[in-house]
Amino acid sequence: MNQMNNTLNGIFSWDFISAGIRVTTPVLLAALGALVADLAGTPNIALEGIMLFSAFVGVITSAFTGSLFIAFIAGILTGAVMAAILAYFSLKLKTDIIMAAIAINIFSSGGTIFALSVLTGDKGSSASLKSYVFPSVTIPIIDKIPVLGDILSGHHIITYIAFIMIFVVHYILYKTPLGLRIRSVGESPKAAKSVGISVMKTQFTALIISGVLASLGGLFLSMGYVSWFAKDMTAGRGFIALAAQALGGSSAYGVALGSVLFGFSEAASYSLQFMNIPYEITQSIPFLITVAALAFYAWKKINYIKKIKNNIRK
Amino acid sequence: MSDNIIEMINIWKIYSNGFIANRGINFSVKTGEIHGLLGENGAGKSTLMNILFGFEKATEGKIIYKNSEVHNYNADRAINMGIGMVHQHFMLVPSLTVVENIILGIEPRKGFSTDITKAEKFVSEEMKKYGLPVPLDEKIKNITVGMRQRVEILKTLVRGADLIILDEPTAVLTPQETSELFTALRTLTEKGKTIIFITHKLGEIKEIADRITVLRKGAVVGNAQVNDLTEKDISKMMIGRDVELKIKKNPVKAGEKIMEIKNLSFTGNDGIKKIKNISFSIREGEITGIAGIEGNGQTELVSVITGMSAIQSGEIKFMDKNYDNTEKLRKAGMSYIPADRMEIGVSENNSLEENLISDRFKTKEFSKFGILSYKTIKNNALDKIKKFDIRTDSYKSPVKMLSGGNIQKAVVAREFTSGAKFIVADQPTRGIDIAAADFIRRLLVKEREKKVGVLLVSADLTELIEVSDRIIVMYKGEITAKFDDLKKVDESVLGEYMLGIKRMNTEEIGDLE
Repeated sequence: MNQMNNTLNGIFSWDFISAGIRVTTPVLLAALGALVADLAGTPNIALEGIMLFSAFVGVITSAFTGSLFIAFIAGILTGAVMAAILAYFSLKLKTDIIMAAIAINIFSSGGTIFALSVLTGDKGSSASLKSYVFPSVTIPIIDKIPVLGDILSGHHIITYIAFIMIFVVHYILYKTPLGLRIRSVGESPKAAKSVGISVMKTQFTALIISGVLASLGGLFLSMGYVSWFAKDMTAGRGFIALAAQALGGSSAYGVALGSVLFGFSEAASYSLQFMNIPYEITQSIPFLITVAALAFYAWKKINYIKKIKNNIRK
Repeated sequence: MSDNIIEMINIWKIYSNGFIANRGINFSVKTGEIHGLLGENGAGKSTLMNILFGFEKATEGKIIYKNSEVHNYNADRAINMGIGMVHQHFMLVPSLTVVENIILGIEPRKGFSTDITKAEKFVSEEMKKYGLPVPLDEKIKNITVGMRQRVEILKTLVRGADLIILDEPTAVLTPQETSELFTALRTLTEKGKTIIFITHKLGEIKEIADRITVLRKGAVVGNAQVNDLTEKDISKMMIGRDVELKIKKNPVKAGEKIMEIKNLSFTGNDGIKKIKNISFSIREGEITGIAGIEGNGQTELVSVITGMSAIQSGEIKFMDKNYDNTEKLRKAGMSYIPADRMEIGVSENNSLEENLISDRFKTKEFSKFGILSYKTIKNNALDKIKKFDIRTDSYKSPVKMLSGGNIQKAVVAREFTSGAKFIVADQPTRGIDIAAADFIRRLLVKEREKKVGVLLVSADLTELIEVSDRIIVMYKGEITAKFDDLKKVDESVLGEYMLGIKRMNTEEIGDLE
């Protein structure tokens, strides 16, 4: 009983909210990437692999160069290059984009372990390397406010970037010519082509943007959340991000909400581990919530249609 | 200096497979005129216009635009020079707004952003100048087909087009929308724009065009001032022989009810009620025509009647029996010419001979112990090719290699030889050439004389009035008018009911049995 109280305290404490924000970060970044790619008509299911590879490259680069900045650039470039490879295969060579993405995911899982063992002799993690983490940011004034300071201040810089990205992605998609082109290419490529827009170039750009966003999520995992690279450390976040995007639809704000839902359910699963519940069950909570949320979403949609039908009958 | 905006001189187009689409065509259009370009399908119109719009390269020939020869021609060049094209299938993005569609690709910018205020101001100026009002903030999917066409025309104008090519612009319009379009086109020419108008419809050419060029088999067969010609002259030029424009119909007395529809309702996947409690019957020896603007329930009606969609509420009886799928209905004596011939009518990658037996390959004639007998299949194909004048290289050609008109003839050849007692013909002549369309209409009338019941759905009102024995108008899923005496009906009368301006009450509609 006492234990349970502790747990509930854990879930409803301010630290929990802070943890939720932290856990949301990688999912949010990848989900925004999924959104951009999806609207362009080129669904990117390689987010998982791109995150993983960026996480790996970031850690290794920081360990070997000692520079956080170079590690940051290298991580982002990794995301861009992998998205470019996906784009090249699917747009130029006309392979099925889902197949190409699956290949990238499998390659990333094996490729990072292989490179890790060559570089460090360890196949499990990069703990033996001395790598760096991105700094946390203390927001002046706000951090002095009791509760609010604990929640908002002191996160890693990438967490702040992630939340700023919600607005940046919304702006790009709905306020710029590039966004207009991305949306038109995704919906009616023929119409876009007829006014001289290059469908391939636009989809290429969208995939690169989605790759860069995912790579930020990957960098956060290995250089913020923890300070090492471990095999398959993305643990399905790239796929959860796809679910978050499906929930959020075509709006960056909706996608952000979807990501927060998954982030907080994952945070809750960590808190619940302190109870006597087998960890296999607590760890599966985010995935169960994914299924439940998607089912709820589908149910809502069906009900919406039913409601319209009924209104007409009246 | 000539007053021609465009001159295409001695244009040849020979494809790598040896097919000659254009044979030394000379085509010129005067500045400020509306020029009709006519010809049957496969006459070379599309190829010629694709060359003019830079989509395809001519094998030989010169293009002179505003008195100077154009070299290294392509589509971007054409747009920059001031040539615009309104395609038959609109090139619009449904979920974007009107103004977003218009500026797509040429977005005015302010910093990183799209300058939407500037865009709206600019577009609304053009809109007023040419008398083409459109709701700028409405999404494309929420506006009518006629509106969408205006958006397409505005798109070309905003890009600075002086010469606008309209590819069969009236195919999707109601008579009222057509006359609005014509008014707009006249305003455009008054303001100095030039228009090339591609069409099959002779009446329209007489009404709107100043001059015409007629193509046949890739060559120019005529070029004349429209005032000097009658419709008969023009059709003779197009087809190369006299065509009887009116179809002769022997009186036939309608017999027993063959199909009976009672209190039928249907709701689509989008939650919208497409058919609202309608009842009517189709009799032997009678052609019942359905008129209506696309999206008023005709598609769903055909879909339910033919068993392609399940009956949700109400009852349909075919010769006094209920059926629940297409195969059983076909076995019982229904034939179906679908509106979408590529999607439902044929299997495009299969050969012509296979498509000709796709409804009857299970019969003893064409298969034995589950193995197809290709000898009879071949003979059947050769027979149909001859009887229905299907033009093809071989009976083994994949159907998609045939022209639209010939694919439709193949569908018709199959559907008219199954010994049907009831034929559903949904847009049977859409997008095919005059001669083939005429052939199909005559076949429908002939079937009627054999006591077959016919349900004809068509957007071509002339065809509907000419072929049908009675016409039912559908508007928003309801029957809003019925005409038994078609001598008193013309297109504009039908149009008013189709648009919902008028509707008959139950007594005026009367007996629908």
